[in-house]
Amino acid sequence: MASDSDSDGDFVTFGTPLEPLEEDEPLRKPVPLHEQTVKDEKGRYQRFHGAFTGGFSAGYFNTVGTKEGWTPATFVSSRQQKAGRQNARPEDFMDEEDLGDHGIAPRQITTTADFASGRKDVIRDKARAITSLSAPIPGDTVLEDLVAPARSSMGVELLRKMGWKDGQGVGPRVKRRLCKQRADSGTRAFVSASPPNGLSGSQDEEDGEFVPENVTFAPKDVTPIDFTPKVDLHGLGYRGLNPLAALRGGPGAGHINLFTMDSDRSNSLFGEDRKGQRRRGGVAGQGFGVGAMEDDDEDIYHRDIMSNYDTVLGGEEPGDGLYGWTAPQQYNRKKKDHSKDAAYLGKILEGFTLASDKLETKTIFPPPNLPRDFRPVHYFRPVVDLSSVSPMVAQALQTSRGHMAQEEPSKGGRHQLDSAQRRELLGEATLQGPSSVFDLLKVEDRERLSGLRRPSSDTSSGPRQPTPGRPEQLCSGCRDSPAAARASAQKALSSRFTPHAEQQQQEALSVWSGPTAQAQTGQTFKPFERTPHKQARYDLYIDQLKQGDRDALELSLDPTMTEWERGRERDEFVRAALLYKPSSSSLSCRFTRGKQDDGVEADTVEVTRDQENDVDDKQAAVKMKMFGKLTRDTFEWHPDNLLCKRFNVPDPYPGSGFVGMPKVKRDKFSVFNFLTVSESPTASASPAPQGVKPSEPGKRSRWDVSGQAGNKERKEKDPVSEFLSVARIEASGSGPEASTTDGPTTDPTVEPDTEQKDEEEEEEESRPSMDLFKAIFASSSDEKSSSSSEGESEEEEEEKEEGVRSKAGTGPQISNQLNVNTTQPAPPVSTTPSQNPDVVFKMPSGPAAAPPPRDQEMEEEEFGPRLPPPSSTLTERRPSPTPSAKDDKHKKKCKEKHKAKKHGKHKKDKKQKKKNKRHKHKGKQKKSSRKEESSDSSSEGSDGNSQEDGEEGGGVSTEELLRRLKGIRGKNLQ
Amino acid sequence: MSFPQPKPEVPQLPQNLLRTIDCQQGAVRAVRFNADGNYLLSCGSDKSLKLWSVSRGTLLKTYSGHGYEVLDADGSYDNSQLCSCSSDKTVILWDVATGQVTRKLRGHAGKVNCVQFNEEATVILSGSIDGTVRCWDTRSRKFDPIQILDEAQDGVSSLKVSEHELLTGSVDGRVRRYDLRMGQLHVDFINSPITCVCFSADGQCTLTSSLDSTVRLLDKSTGEMLGEYTGHKMKGYKLDCCLSSKDTHVLSCSEDGHVYCWDLVEGSLMLKLPVGKAVVQSLSFHPSETRLLTAMEGRSGIGFWLREMVVCLKCDVPLLPWLKYGIN
Repeated sequence: MASDSDSDGDFVTFGTPLEPLEEDEPLRKPVPLHEQTVKDEKGRYQRFHGAFTGGFSAGYFNTVGTKEGWTPATFVSSRQQKAGRQNARPEDFMDEEDLGDHGIAPRQITTTADFASGRKDVIRDKARAITSLSAPIPGDTVLEDLVAPARSSMGVELLRKMGWKDGQGVGPRVKRRLCKQRADSGTRAFVSASPPNGLSGSQDEEDGEFVPENVTFAPKDVTPIDFTPKVDLHGLGYRGLNPLAALRGGPGAGHINLFTMDSDRSNSLFGEDRKGQRRRGGVAGQGFGVGAMEDDDEDIYHRDIMSNYDTVLGGEEPGDGLYGWTAPQQYNRKKKDHSKDAAYLGKILEGFTLASDKLETKTIFPPPNLPRDFRPVHYFRPVVDLSSVSPMVAQALQTSRGHMAQEEPSKGGRHQLDSAQRRELLGEATLQGPSSVFDLLKVEDRERLSGLRRPSSDTSSGPRQPTPGRPEQLCSGCRDSPAAARASAQKALSSRFTPHAEQQQQEALSVWSGPTAQAQTGQTFKPFERTPHKQARYDLYIDQLKQGDRDALELSLDPTMTEWERGRERDEFVRAALLYKPSSSSLSCRFTRGKQDDGVEADTVEVTRDQENDVDDKQAAVKMKMFGKLTRDTFEWHPDNLLCKRFNVPDPYPGSGFVGMPKVKRDKFSVFNFLTVSESPTASASPAPQGVKPSEPGKRSRWDVSGQAGNKERKEKDPVSEFLSVARIEASGSGPEASTTDGPTTDPTVEPDTEQKDEEEEEEESRPSMDLFKAIFASSSDEKSSSSSEGESEEEEEEKEEGVRSKAGTGPQISNQLNVNTTQPAPPVSTTPSQNPDVVFKMPSGPAAAPPPRDQEMEEEEFGPRLPPPSSTLTERRPSPTPSAKDDKHKKKCKEKHKAKKHGKHKKDKKQKKKNKRHKHKGKQKKSSRKEESSDSSSEGSDGNSQEDGEEGGGVSTEELLRRLKGIRGKNLQ
Repeated sequence: MSFPQPKPEVPQLPQNLLRTIDCQQGAVRAVRFNADGNYLLSCGSDKSLKLWSVSRGTLLKTYSGHGYEVLDADGSYDNSQLCSCSSDKTVILWDVATGQVTRKLRGHAGKVNCVQFNEEATVILSGSIDGTVRCWDTRSRKFDPIQILDEAQDGVSSLKVSEHELLTGSVDGRVRRYDLRMGQLHVDFINSPITCVCFSADGQCTLTSSLDSTVRLLDKSTGEMLGEYTGHKMKGYKLDCCLSSKDTHVLSCSEDGHVYCWDLVEGSLMLKLPVGKAVVQSLSFHPSETRLLTAMEGRSGIGFWLREMVVCLKCDVPLLPWLKYGIN
């Protein structure tokens, strides 16, 4: 006990503590095995395997070998001293470590076994283990175990004399928090008997809020665990016939408790808290049968329930009083507080806490109340055709139900029209073929059928008279006498060619010989394009059909083919003709032909019909600021089921198999689509306007940039962009004339730029889609790799010069400016690192200096609105009254990254001339490099490439793409 | 109708500069308040995302793991998660406390412009210049998006999520509103590349800013234009716009270094906050109070500054010193 109290003092630490892990630190290399040695305080290798602790102390890399191997350095025979060595003690073979504090034979005064508590016994156990080796049965101390004296340690005896009861808590009084651990389980033993007052009070406090501040509590009681030896010969856990319980009857414990407590056992002995409480006479026990006089046998066979056992290891609260014993307990665990988690998080990240207030609860509107007499059963009223019912009945029906189905098709809305009515409305020709299966039946059969089906009426509301096509159909076989014999033979030959197919053939004929088919020529779909011969035959067949030739099929087929092939092809043709039959004119003008037809590799982009055909209207509406119906389209859109679930929204289309927009053909004008489009004639026909930077003086969006680029014919084509650009020029007043206000320093820079622009336009025509590739494939990595290319050395030099100059020149200015701002820390410090060229170029990803140029490159490749460049200097713009315009112009100039870098840092107006010169130079250099690059588009070119694309790409990408799209659309509409 | 206030009030506009933070992140691509407005996120072009305490102005955590500049970020409603998107085509879900990458979502074909949690942070929605919006599931372990919305014909520049609606603005000049509850997609044609879209706080209107230097307030259900706000300059950059927390004002960044603030109903320019001389890149309005966060490039050339402005109740008080050199 005494040694327990000074707990922390006697821990000994070996080695040096590990350094606290830094988060960003890279993982260290693991120490190789031969360097993983542990040395003691004298520099010797620490033995993990001492001679008396199970190993040897030779200690060469923690092995038993030595550096020299197994050969001892000097061998001294001890043969002569054999007699003198008679009584060697164990200590003679021990090292200092063994005799030390933590060795097996400490040479210090220690507590004896009587006074020692658990920890010191370890040593004793070690000693016993050693002596057991020399015991009669090696490895076992049989005798000692048998005759182990029943004794308790001196501390326990002392405590007992002081009035201590077994299991009572020991230690200083504790505060509430610790006492809280006195869980239900600790008190459970006493619950059935008389619960002590203090305990019940403490339980109240656990639940409640009343926790007095300065009240301490005795440490928790410990329930002593009863180690009752097993004396019977039953199986483990089996409780046989209990003669003591025999008279009282009642089954034994429902659950075999391996580690019962005293109190539990006493409970069961007295049988107080058993649920059943049914007393039965006679002897009872597990596995003991039921007597003849007893009626129920439910408890004979012991049934164990898994809920009696713990299924989770270590899931208990730490202070449940069981200390790892897995006696079944009913834990009423408290739910974890979320606030606790938040506090925990807050400790990790200082100053940050989770949001405490929850999301506002949504207002959920209840469904409308149903009327009281509503019955949720729907039954379908039979559809009654007026013509089929006598007027009296119809009248009766009308009055009784209030409506007649199908009475007036015009009233019923378009969903209630049937195909015939729709056909009439659309002005289509009536199909020549039989309109229903009924038409194919004989007259008497039909009448018989209709007689049968009269009550439920028939569905076909079309004319019941035989259509003009029908008699032809019936006698088509005998009409064409030359082909009739062959046809009948073929019927017998090819099982595929069924009468149904013949009917289809007739249908195809009627469809194709109609007026609508004649109207549209040359637009027919070619289903057999893969095999030109077959397609030719099919075309012939279609032509024949159009002329109304009845045996078009036979004429168009190849007579050299086998009968089977012909039958097959016949079948295919008829089907294809039916499938791709010409749609009627009023309908066909409403549908856009799908461009991605089956089997054909279309290299065009599909066009969305809804969005494309009225863009002009919308633009006009936008022009007139008439937003609303004109500019809004609403489509059906199917969200993914899981998405709905995540949004807590019911699936609007439950059971719909697809997601996205069903009704509209996909057209995704993503960059990938244009990889193939670039070959389209329209793209090459209209010269690329680009080279116009988004940072044009007027700051146009990239959409109407072309107007400024002098692309006249495109202007005429695209009234919208024209309008927009004009409007914008008017609005902003920042046309080319805006540049004149910018002062002399910036003016010269505009002209070379435009020249360069033109040059690049020409280049752009020859190589239109490179920017696309760049946009897609140029990642940050290859841009980084390009940083070590051509002109860097000179750039570096220039940077150095400028760095020096700007340090001298701009330093005070900056500090002047920044002094105003109170929060700014040490301006010179912040400017200097970026001016250090070494830092800039070695670390392209450096926090301050490197990213800006990359940004610009990246920006100009991308589509859409750009991000502002990270650095545009203030001092350069300082003299100008309109800072932004100048800024833009300036941005245009600093396309090269080194310049962009400089702009951020050095604010020198006199720099500009120099820069301009260099800029021109760069432009030329770039052109030449571009030409080289076309031959070898390797890593060397990537630098110039990215720059150039930065210049043209920004405009090209969207503008060019848009125009291509328009071209495609125009093509499609033709 | 909530917005015409019954009694005349002092215009609740942020006018005074409270604090300027040099976040040393290079360009700040976006600044965002978190859901309750106690913290702010700044997305830097130095690939880092930083979390700041608004009240103290201190840096709480730096999140690094992106391969290129961070373009947008969002925090979950309970502050437990962050998501950010970057030019490296990825979307990252962060653990706030440890700063570890919980999930790195790849799939976009281009840089990712905008990212948003849904209301319960169960889905991350990200819009990219590849023209798609991808819905990533934060609950499952799958790395594939739940759904890809590829209706946009050009890059998606901005995206907002409300309870059951998804609002996207695209460079193709259209604002698309996906209504999950109705299963409908509403497309509003604006005819100019959209830079930013917002829902109003009452959820009845949408605010769109486009590159024709116009901010438009559209009725959500019909698409009719309720207001048009002009005067600022937004011609080439992707700049933010927003509504004030009580839907009384419309705010927009401008390329002339000001934040423009219009009255929502009248459409008149109420305030022109001079932030600096450069382009105001991003702004964010406090979800409940009158606080504004702006980001623009700094004057030293390397540092970039966050500005936070709080309301000044006496409006005739002379402006703070930083304004003196702010305006020419």
